[in-house]
Amino acid sequence: MPEVNAYKPKIVAFCCNWCSYAGADLAGTNRLNYPADVKIIRVPCSCRVNPMFILRAFQRGADGVILCGCHPGDCHYTTGNYYARRRMTLLFSMLDYLGIEKERTRVEWVSAAEGAKFAQTMNDFVSTVAALGENKRLEDLRCKE
Amino acid sequence: MQKIGVFVCWCGSNIAGTVDVQAVSDALAKEPGVVYSTNYQYMCSEAGQNLIKDAIKEYGLTGVVICSCSPRMHEATFRKAVASVGLNPYMLEVANVREQCSWIHKDKAVATEKAIILGRAAIAKVQLNAPLQAGESPVVKRALVIGGGIAGIQTALDIAEAGFDVDIVEKTPTIGGKMAQIDKTFPTLDCASCIVTPKMVDCSQNEKIHIYSYSEVEDVKGFVGNFTVKIKKKARYVDENKCTGCGDCTTKCPMKNVPNEFNLGLDNRRAIYIPFAQAVPKVATIDPNYCNMLKNGKCGVCAKVCSAGAIDYKQQDQFIEEKYGAIVVATGYNPIKLDKFEEFGYALSKDVVTSLELERLMNAAGPTGGTLLRPSDGKHPHTIVFVQCVGSRDTSGCGKPYCSKICCMYTAKHAMLIREKYPDTDVYVFYIDVRTPGKNFDEFYRRAVEQYGVHYIKGMVGKVAPRADGKLMVQASDLLANEQLHIEADLVVLAAAIEPDKSARHLATMLTASMDTNDFFTEAHPKLRPVESPTAGIFLSGVCQGPKDIPETVSQASAAAAKVIGLLVKDKLTTNPCVAHSNELMCNGCSTCERVCPYGAITYIEKEFRMPDRTTQVRRVASVNPAVCQGCGACTVACPSGAMDLNGFSNSQIMAEVDAICQK
Amino acid sequence: MNKNLQEQVLRMSGVNPLKCMRCGKCSGTCPSYDEMEYHPHQFVYMVEKGEIEKLMASPSIYKCLSCFACVERCPRDVEPAKLVEAIRLAVIRQQGQNHLKAKDIPAMVELDPDLPQQALVTAFRKYTK
Repeated sequence: MPEVNAYKPKIVAFCCNWCSYAGADLAGTNRLNYPADVKIIRVPCSCRVNPMFILRAFQRGADGVILCGCHPGDCHYTTGNYYARRRMTLLFSMLDYLGIEKERTRVEWVSAAEGAKFAQTMNDFVSTVAALGENKRLEDLRCKE
Repeated sequence: MQKIGVFVCWCGSNIAGTVDVQAVSDALAKEPGVVYSTNYQYMCSEAGQNLIKDAIKEYGLTGVVICSCSPRMHEATFRKAVASVGLNPYMLEVANVREQCSWIHKDKAVATEKAIILGRAAIAKVQLNAPLQAGESPVVKRALVIGGGIAGIQTALDIAEAGFDVDIVEKTPTIGGKMAQIDKTFPTLDCASCIVTPKMVDCSQNEKIHIYSYSEVEDVKGFVGNFTVKIKKKARYVDENKCTGCGDCTTKCPMKNVPNEFNLGLDNRRAIYIPFAQAVPKVATIDPNYCNMLKNGKCGVCAKVCSAGAIDYKQQDQFIEEKYGAIVVATGYNPIKLDKFEEFGYALSKDVVTSLELERLMNAAGPTGGTLLRPSDGKHPHTIVFVQCVGSRDTSGCGKPYCSKICCMYTAKHAMLIREKYPDTDVYVFYIDVRTPGKNFDEFYRRAVEQYGVHYIKGMVGKVAPRADGKLMVQASDLLANEQLHIEADLVVLAAAIEPDKSARHLATMLTASMDTNDFFTEAHPKLRPVESPTAGIFLSGVCQGPKDIPETVSQASAAAAKVIGLLVKDKLTTNPCVAHSNELMCNGCSTCERVCPYGAITYIEKEFRMPDRTTQVRRVASVNPAVCQGCGACTVACPSGAMDLNGFSNSQIMAEVDAICQK
Repeated sequence: MNKNLQEQVLRMSGVNPLKCMRCGKCSGTCPSYDEMEYHPHQFVYMVEKGEIEKLMASPSIYKCLSCFACVERCPRDVEPAKLVEAIRLAVIRQQGQNHLKAKDIPAMVELDPDLPQQALVTAFRKYTK
């Protein structure tokens, strides 16, 4: 599948500890393939993700950022994912204003039982971001070696 | 600078099969701060753990990174291991190179590269880890039960049985609740007061149980294991310790026309009263809204007839403060008001009654002595119409959108009892659906139809009009026969929807417990934690959580008691140290964090600060209660000044991980 | 069943018959029940099933007094009377008649100044192609 010297996007995935991170583990347990370009950062809840983290990732050269949380109503902390959803809606509209393609960011609800959905989401997201190419607009060139 | 040790696990061939573990440990050894890096077949094994322990001792490691399976799997194991040699367990991070790397990638080069990046991110995080101490908080070995109905009684009895002190706070003068008002219980038709009054007596005689009757919860402070509750004991103008409950005063009081709330206003009581014969505590109470002595200082008859000298017109509300480890909410329900249902003529005719009123009309201790008589003229009714779903399953805004669950069964019970006692009556039940899930429930309903000849009609009553001759004209649809019926009824019984007690909403605010749109308390998990509130230390019992009948209420009450006992047997609660904390120097006191916190863990305090010019200034700053905080981090993002941060997942730690992952 | 007609009736009335829980309170409350071939609850069910033509052919639609008792008392906010009205409209529109013209309205207002505006609008909708 991977071509030699093909462009490899850098993807940061924030996963909440209770649902999505467990969903990612389940994808692994079931040996469901998704590209190695996705690197997961564990956070206690999707509401822990500060929009700053996402901007930082873009600044440091990430090509796409995805935030995964529990399904609405299933949040371990009752309402965390609602906060996350609202914050991301605002952030994404700002990114849109800055000219960042909206396909580079995504919020997805993945439960601890949805290993297949996790893998599928990641496959889909990586191919979408790969099609967009490198993120140049927000990358801080000073961070490049 | 941290001294970090990196330990790469092979997990047999699970990791080593697709990840070049040697290359990973070599690459990570070059990372800043790493002083030791190795790999081993099974890190979680005894030998693997010893390898880690020895390295900590030998190299004086201050941080440990383990590249292995998911932290959900073995983080606790490794934390225990490092703690056993004196390293703070929170100085350890796990890089997930099995579930999130080796198992999903087939290409060894790709997997190895990813494993190195994941290891790097973990190292970057550990650089910024700080030792955390799991806090401990003591548990007060006393429980509070709010509400003295069958739910509260059962919970209190079960907790007391386990040897813990329990207080019941009941707002009316006696415990017993709705069950004490009910005549018979379905589906066995045993007498309700015969089974509830012995339990009430058990409560009063149990030395572990203290009953605060005619009292209300005023204020709740604190958190799981350590609540401080202020209870208002309303003045009943009778000394509880002196009153013998003889009832002389209740027969001599000249104020005869006070509606008797125990009989739902179907008869009258005096201004000084004992709600019913088996009341617990059996103590008289003066109703200050009707007592002449209290209103204008003229009378004093009760004080004259009381041989115990218990009457005290000068009594004041008392406030009691008590500490509790756990709080059980058992506030129960009430039938809804029917003023929005004019078509049923509830306000127009005394002979249109609610089902709870019918319970009193059929009860031997009720206003008619157990003979079913029309409230208007005291005559025996010959045609009785029952209307189901009055205000239940109603989305028009007049009633409640949910099914009240108990009405189908109690209506079948009423119809059956009436047909048994008075075979000359015609009983019609208008239903939308008959819902009888439950042990022996459907058999019970079928018996009403088949053996007792109750006329069940699929349809709804559209109008009840009182006629001048006292008859009630009932106009209804019979959907199966496709006709409209006009019945001349003597008595119409409305199965009014039930709603949570009005006091529940205020109480939920005090307890920071969450509620749904219908004012039912929400449970921590609808399937797996049905008797706990999401707020730690608050438990739910009975209808305050959702409509349920007596058997279900009792089982939930006992379940809540089991959960309370499980909490109270602990001497100390260990708290999760990964909680939020506020940098007081940066906090600007805006209250944003307080509003987003789902647990009410954040409070604001006035604190004195020394300023650079040697003056002092009092500022309002956020303070997080670590025993209540669950560490979700909602506040850290909401905080506009960046003062809030989360232990173990701090802003700088997550940023460092982001940087490490995005590094070329 | 006529999908187009059903669609038209649903759009004109703004009623969602799927909200009905078949309690029959509309028929229990209807004062002209005995006059009707199809009763209010049947209107809701038949519209749901798409049997509009049967309803259009039935005199029941003119027996409805538009007293709105069924709308007032329906626990699920289904509003059967609005369905009846919509079916009446469907009949009138199909006939393609034009009984009321805009220029006739001032004369009607002169005749009875207290005539509610809604009555005029409804009449205009009913009797105009």
